[in-house]
Amino acid sequence: MLTTPNPTPLPPLRPQPGEVMLDVRGIRQAYSKGGSSTLLVLDNVNLQLREGEIVGLLGRSGSGKSSLLRIVAGLVRPRGGEVTWLGKPIDGPPKGIAMVFQSFALFPWLTVLENVEIGLEPLGVPAAERRQRSLEAIDLIGLDGFENAYPKELSGGMRQRVGFARGLVVHPQLLLMDEPFSALDVLTAETLRTDLIDLWVEGRLPLRSILLVTHNIEEAVLMCDRVVIFASNPGRIAAEIKIDLPHPRNRSEPAFRQLVDDIYGRMTNPTDPKLRAEQMRPGAEQPGGGMGMTLPHVSTNLLAGLMEALLQPPFDGKADLPEIADELTMEVDELFPLAETLQLLHFADVAHGDIRLTEMGRTFVDGDVDTRKKLFREHLSAHVPIAAMIRRVLDERSSHRAPYRRFSEELEDFMSEEFAEETLAAVIDWGRYAELFAYDEQSQSFSLEDPA
Amino acid sequence: MTVHHPSLTAIRPWRYVPSIWDTLIFALVLGVVALIAFGGHETIQPLAVVQRTPISLDPRMLPYYALRTILRMLAGIICSLIFTLVYGTLAQKSRRAEMVLIPILDILQSLPVFTFITVTLVFFLKLFPGSVMGEELCSVFTIFTAQAWNMTFSFYQSLKTVPKDLSDVSDSLRLGGWRRFWTLEVPFAAPGLIWNAMMSMSGAWFFVVASEAFTVGANSITLPGVGAYVNAALLHEDLGAIGWAVLTMLVVILIYDQLLFRPLVAWSQKFRVELSASDGPEANSWLLDFFQRARLAQRVFAPLFALPSAVVRLRLGRPFRPSVVVTRAWESRTTDYVWFAMISGAGVWTAWQAVIYLSKSVGLADVALVFGLGLLTLTRVLVLIALASLVWVPVGVWIGLRPKWAETVQPIAQFLAAFPSNLLFPVAVFLIAKYHGNADIWLSPLIILGTQWYILFNVIAGATAIPNDLLEAADSFRVRGWNWWRKVALPAVFPYFVTGAITASGGAWNASIVAEVVTWGDKRLEAHGLGAYIGDAMNKGDMQRSILGAIVMSIFVVLFNRLLWRPLFDFAARRTALN
Repeated sequence: MLTTPNPTPLPPLRPQPGEVMLDVRGIRQAYSKGGSSTLLVLDNVNLQLREGEIVGLLGRSGSGKSSLLRIVAGLVRPRGGEVTWLGKPIDGPPKGIAMVFQSFALFPWLTVLENVEIGLEPLGVPAAERRQRSLEAIDLIGLDGFENAYPKELSGGMRQRVGFARGLVVHPQLLLMDEPFSALDVLTAETLRTDLIDLWVEGRLPLRSILLVTHNIEEAVLMCDRVVIFASNPGRIAAEIKIDLPHPRNRSEPAFRQLVDDIYGRMTNPTDPKLRAEQMRPGAEQPGGGMGMTLPHVSTNLLAGLMEALLQPPFDGKADLPEIADELTMEVDELFPLAETLQLLHFADVAHGDIRLTEMGRTFVDGDVDTRKKLFREHLSAHVPIAAMIRRVLDERSSHRAPYRRFSEELEDFMSEEFAEETLAAVIDWGRYAELFAYDEQSQSFSLEDPA
Repeated sequence: MTVHHPSLTAIRPWRYVPSIWDTLIFALVLGVVALIAFGGHETIQPLAVVQRTPISLDPRMLPYYALRTILRMLAGIICSLIFTLVYGTLAQKSRRAEMVLIPILDILQSLPVFTFITVTLVFFLKLFPGSVMGEELCSVFTIFTAQAWNMTFSFYQSLKTVPKDLSDVSDSLRLGGWRRFWTLEVPFAAPGLIWNAMMSMSGAWFFVVASEAFTVGANSITLPGVGAYVNAALLHEDLGAIGWAVLTMLVVILIYDQLLFRPLVAWSQKFRVELSASDGPEANSWLLDFFQRARLAQRVFAPLFALPSAVVRLRLGRPFRPSVVVTRAWESRTTDYVWFAMISGAGVWTAWQAVIYLSKSVGLADVALVFGLGLLTLTRVLVLIALASLVWVPVGVWIGLRPKWAETVQPIAQFLAAFPSNLLFPVAVFLIAKYHGNADIWLSPLIILGTQWYILFNVIAGATAIPNDLLEAADSFRVRGWNWWRKVALPAVFPYFVTGAITASGGAWNASIVAEVVTWGDKRLEAHGLGAYIGDAMNKGDMQRSILGAIVMSIFVVLFNRLLWRPLFDFAARRTALN
């Protein structure tokens, strides 16, 4: 058995300790969505990455953190700004940067060994050395014995180890990781994280720095030296938090909990001007009197479920977001849209990392099906302007029918086509549950018809 | 401590001892190589020799004729494959090329295959004067036209749906275009491509048989092969010889299926992207199993595989990234408009040329007549698809719900779909002539004779795929009789039925060209229809009329697909697909 890997050959351009390796300046990214309008996904993002650092990009989906990672990886070009890597502007995938993917991205028709080796071919490494280095990387990452297996024979955790081995075999100086653990179950993800951090702390990884995208707050606190919090619409940096805890970090330590709480608080701070766009509150500052609100498509079952969980012990109506996330094994990505929808519907209040059920929320949980539907209907009409508008239009028309396009076009004045689609999907779902209106998918039209 | 890795461990010496599998594989490979060499040598004989040797009706000659037919088929597949890789890639890589190439492919796909012979025969004969090569190429080209479009569409669709993460990782690893093509794109497309090649080859047997004995005006092809043998049997009214030919064809298709496509389909399963271990029924091939057990054979043939893998590893230049200014200009709207103007200009000019060419001898009255005949053939296709559906949907559902039966019947149905039904036409003619049937009615079933099986095996596949819990739920709620068909069985098999019916109707249009006019010795039966019109024009060498007929037929096919099948297909995908 190999006990220690060969020492990593030093790359020619070795940066001084603490030196800036990656410099992101004024990055702006936008996608055209047909016609002349564009969707801004990143706005004026500045970020520096120094040698020896693990930096985490934390944010909810749609905050552009993955877009930034893809720009750094050289997979897409930004619309504005510049990224330099070791002093040279990035134009196409650069040498010395490797990437690990959320979905593992393994070639199903190649064996583990072939999947790892393929990264070395473009570097012109001779066949014998390719084999040698790949076997070392496979050993390092704990995959020995699986060399000739095909990915479909492996468990998720083992597959992601192949992803790591493929990233490490090229001896990159920077490893990019795009939510590398989010497709794994809780236990597997934790094993992989600690294995990786152990190797990093022991200096056995042929790496100088790691940039990690995540929406798991605890993961960020567990692994990173610095966490960059992203706000969405458009994606931008809202805050940076330095984490000085020594490795290995313990999740139950008070200092650890404090940091997690702190980040939850910052991400749900109602007074933070940088986060304002994320708060779904209809009001004067919203364009179109709240019509510009994008709604997440969350199911009414989940909303009711969260309210029920909140009312039960140990929470009794009020919960710390990290705690309830832990209890329900939900990540920020799943929990935040739910919490915010409850807040929008005035069933709960969310602030400073806490969620509290309102009086109406309690009434909802205690009610039977009809009471719940009635209450939901009232709150939906009162607090979600697009739902109220659909109902009003249907009431006004003598046919009591209106096409989908009538409302999607209205929304597209304020948001991109995709967001309008998701918002309408959410409203259709909620409206059907509340029996506020009916929708026929076949003819794409809203109506007041009650099929009963 | 020593390093031990499974991949580095030498294969234990006893594994070099030849096994029974090795013997079989070697025998097979040597046999195939010898036959290809022999057949290839025969192909380059001078024309005079071929013309002096008429087709013999001696059944003992049939293995030789079959070999020639098989090799033509093989050549056709190889051409189709090369075309597919090039054309599909072009269409996918360049947005502007796509704008032109995909509609062209759509039209080529709906043109009746035989039209291509009319246009290309003279060209190929001129290309190789005095050699049988020109006729061979013409026949190969017919096979190509029967297969290539389908395969190209499949490849193009696969390229379009390459998983984003695998595409990203290829970029990130800087694999380069060439390596990426062979490492990612071709393997990803392989299962669909191989399946489609197998399916379209089913159709191609029909055309290879027809193209071996074909007359276009003064030019005629007679190539040694099973098709030519049948043609000779027709002239001599030899029903026994036709029986032998049918038997030979069954064996040939069986050989192709077992030695080429079964192993390929089984092997291509490893390229499926679903990462779960068991997904759908495993395809098995005894030949692939043999090869995988034949250690020595693998070692011996390894160098053969080393060459392609070295070619695949070639580093062909660095990934080309033009500067931002060039990219912006190239991707701009203005360039789009210029490109669009160029294409429409070329399109209008070509259409104008075609109109001028056709109007030399074709008038409006002809056009009206041809459209009328088209309606007749359309009626035939519609009625027969409906009749075939009425029969095969219930049968298919019945079989599909009984796994034992499905296992046996499914391969047979696929096999029958591959069988060139034109070999059976003489029998029909014989019967019609004997009982003095009406040609307009009794020739009609011939156009669906070979293609009805697509409906059957697709419906079987659909019924097999109905989830068991759905059937049990229906059972426990006592959904029975007509209600069961309406609520459970028919919706569940509908998407599969539509797929089968599309293929069947496409094949029926093509078949109408040879099925609406059939001869038996000096007896000639003709039905009224567009197929008969085109067939007749081609035999007379009337280029304008055959092109007019072909154009009208493709208009019918395109409209038929757009107005009937496409909406049904969308409906099926939206409402009744079970995933």
